[in-house]
Amino acid sequence: MNKVAIVDYGMCNLDSVARAVEECGGRPVVTDRASDLAQANRIILPGVGSFADGMARIRERKLDEILKEQVLGQRIPFLGICLGMQFLAAKGWEGGETQGLGWIEGEVKKLAPQSPSERIPHIGWNEVAWEDGCPLSRGIPQNKDFYFVHSFHLACGRPQDVLGRTPFCGGFASVVGRGHIFGVQFHPEKSQKLGLQVMRNFLAY
Amino acid sequence: MLKVRVMPTVLHKNMGLVKGKRFDSWRRVGSAMQTIKVYNMREVDEMVFMDITATLEEREPDYNLIDDLADECFMPLTVGGGIRTVDHVRRLLQVGADKVAVNTAAVENPGLVRDVARRFGSQCVVASIDVKKKPGQDAWDVCTHSGTRPRGLDPVAFAREMERQGAGEILITSVDRDGTMENYDLDITRRVSEAVSVPVIASGGAGSYEHMYQALTVGQASAVAAASIFHFTEQTPLEAKRYLRSKGICVRL
Repeated sequence: MNKVAIVDYGMCNLDSVARAVEECGGRPVVTDRASDLAQANRIILPGVGSFADGMARIRERKLDEILKEQVLGQRIPFLGICLGMQFLAAKGWEGGETQGLGWIEGEVKKLAPQSPSERIPHIGWNEVAWEDGCPLSRGIPQNKDFYFVHSFHLACGRPQDVLGRTPFCGGFASVVGRGHIFGVQFHPEKSQKLGLQVMRNFLAY
Repeated sequence: MLKVRVMPTVLHKNMGLVKGKRFDSWRRVGSAMQTIKVYNMREVDEMVFMDITATLEEREPDYNLIDDLADECFMPLTVGGGIRTVDHVRRLLQVGADKVAVNTAAVENPGLVRDVARRFGSQCVVASIDVKKKPGQDAWDVCTHSGTRPRGLDPVAFAREMERQGAGEILITSVDRDGTMENYDLDITRRVSEAVSVPVIASGGAGSYEHMYQALTVGQASAVAAASIFHFTEQTPLEAKRYLRSKGICVRL
């Protein structure tokens, strides 16, 4: 059984993510300790809140270095959810210019509405158009709805890192990835059956 | 395209004003739990859970109860009732709430909305505004303490203030219409929707799917919440969405 470390840096709804992992047959450990992260064979970085505040909390706990060692060094499969996905970027602008983990080229910017009917935050169910062969989309039909709740998005520097797109504010990257590193802007733990399927796909990767 | 949400609201009287403290905890969890399980199975868009007596009884949110409920809820959950501090919010998010709704505390301390938005992001703060129409006037008043205390505030100005403080959504509930199933208060819903640029959820008064359609079109709401219609009639969120789709509204089916 997969031992799944859910990174705790005091910013979010960890219980829901842990429940979803459990439901998908993984063994969740909510933790901020290097020793737990070293023993995990999957790492999930969840998160809500502001980029600057979140990165500060990650650095305070030296989690940036620990994660770098496990994910880049040991190549442990990694999933960032919502703000956790945005941290993958080199830079964020929410709460002031802030350096991210920098594993995916790009910047985190505010969504720009294209019409008055597009209200920010982007809250609710919206479609994901997956790139062919994305390991997270196994068994998931195209353009099915997932649950989003966010005001910022990761604008990728390299098109090949975009694994899924969502039609809002001109279309934004809702799934990113490079090798064993993945990020989803939606909440798989809150997207019912299909969300749990994404989680299962990650655990099976 | 972003879908319109149809959100069942569960109003919870934790230690009911009339029945005092005689309900034991298992029983309370039991009934709320059944409801949540059913809605989770039916894959509704989002749940709103309101502990409507917490503020009146000067209680904090019941974290254990929310913890149990959220464990069964693989869908978005908004929790309101009794929230007064950033720490209350932190604890609710920790046990599984996705968003918090603040009502009385938002009126008495608008800085709370700002502080919560700064710490956890705007997207998890819902400003829940209960409104009452002033008799014989084209004006409304904001009420707190489960609709029992008029505050002499204009809901439109107050909604704008909430947006300015960082609220990510406005839940506008008509106290006059709540539970009547006579229709949402379309006038105030529309005025608030036009005044703010964050999503607005219409609440209070839904008695038919057509009412929901009107709240979304005439009222310009981004989402509709309803309680009585789903709990006391045969109507369901799924049927509501089928109706809305037949009228050209983009929903998730």
